[in-house]
Amino acid sequence: MDALAEAFRLIITLDEDLFEILWLSIRVSLSALAISAVISLPLGTYLAITKFPGRKFCILLLNTLMGMPPVVVGLMVYLLLSRSGPLGWLGLLYTPTAMIIAQVVLITPIIAALSNQVIENLHQEYSDTFCSMGVTGRRAVAAYLVDARYALTTCILAGFGRAIAEVGAVIIVGGNIDHLTRVMTTAIALETSKGNLTLALSLGTVLLALSLLVNALVIGVREYAAKRQYA
Amino acid sequence: MNTLRSANMPSSLLPIRVTNLRLSKCDRAVLGGLNLMIDEPGITVIMGPNGAGKSLLLRSLHGLLTPDQGLITLGSLTVADSRNEQAMVFQQPVLLRRTVLKNLAFAAPEIAKTDPQRLIQALESVNLADRADQPARMLSGGEQQRLSLARALLSEPALLLLDEATASLDPASVLMIESLVKAQSAQGTKVILVSHDQGQARRLADEIVFISAGQVAEQSPADQFFTAPQTPAAKAYLAGEILL
Repeated sequence: MDALAEAFRLIITLDEDLFEILWLSIRVSLSALAISAVISLPLGTYLAITKFPGRKFCILLLNTLMGMPPVVVGLMVYLLLSRSGPLGWLGLLYTPTAMIIAQVVLITPIIAALSNQVIENLHQEYSDTFCSMGVTGRRAVAAYLVDARYALTTCILAGFGRAIAEVGAVIIVGGNIDHLTRVMTTAIALETSKGNLTLALSLGTVLLALSLLVNALVIGVREYAAKRQYA
Repeated sequence: MNTLRSANMPSSLLPIRVTNLRLSKCDRAVLGGLNLMIDEPGITVIMGPNGAGKSLLLRSLHGLLTPDQGLITLGSLTVADSRNEQAMVFQQPVLLRRTVLKNLAFAAPEIAKTDPQRLIQALESVNLADRADQPARMLSGGEQQRLSLARALLSEPALLLLDEATASLDPASVLMIESLVKAQSAQGTKVILVSHDQGQARRLADEIVFISAGQVAEQSPADQFFTAPQTPAAKAYLAGEILL
């Protein structure tokens, strides 16, 4: 109980270390999310509305990659960025950029696969009407993205939830270096192993609150869309 | 976008010729070498039992289906070349997840840019002007279909196709849609509609095309079709017998 009380004190007094870790976590995850959204939304849309040989395999691959273990992603990015790896010359290993890259690799298949399903459903509904109105190409894609905006927002939030709570990949490529690459999840793992439960609990509480916020947003967006028949 | 056609000017897409149209669905031949020529302006109602191929014919005319075999020409144009001069209203209205007005603006972006007042007029014509800023999918079924019709008519089509567009609508909406369709026909738009509703066919049709088992069983002026049908299938259909 003492540890819990101390944890709340750290949060309420805006403890500098705690908020440094929190800020880095959010910065890394939001950056990864922005990059991933730029890649995954067009990819999901393209796979949903374009017919080409191997399309089904691509969708299968995306769905499989959704469940990729974070440590495997971490290992792959590590091999890529390590000094002897193909991108080792960039010197990115053990930096926030490496963590962003790992999170991008981790959440891109998730957002792409979810958005693919959303757009595919919309495409089935709209295709005859669009064909009748002569709406094709970029105009159709833009219309799908606009009309699926609320569903896509929940896909993106799902990606953020995954990124912010992830530990395996970022600890491998980030190294959990104090004041440089220490984020909430890696700090919780470290502080728990050190027996410093106060900071671990504070971070855990913040992480839980963030997760709660993201889920509340998802539900809020869904309800708003359903109420206006935009779902 | 089409230019506005003068009232009573015959549709530029006549005559409509369908030659040896074959179309299969799930390995079953639904249209088996259908031949049809529609050369009169006005309203043609396609009738026939379920599964006869009415909707498939309509969708083929609109280019939504590619026939296995056969040729369709509209005036001097192919289906693909005539697409911009056609509009279709489906049984289930599909509206975008936006406001009523934005649905029209999406269908006619040029008009929305150059003459937005026309969009309001289109909404007024279907009694939806006061709902312009509401989400389109919150409208009732009848209102949604009226909006679909307004959207289709925005392009001033030479050929308007309606696939059971008033099925399961309330009488007030049916009447409004019918009067709009009649008015459009009077302006020279060729109208072809699929309907199971004999009352509606009597109210609207200048000509009936009766389809049975994937073939045109009978094609005649509406008065003649309802008073003296020529084929046993049409007689049985009008008598309310179940045709398989």
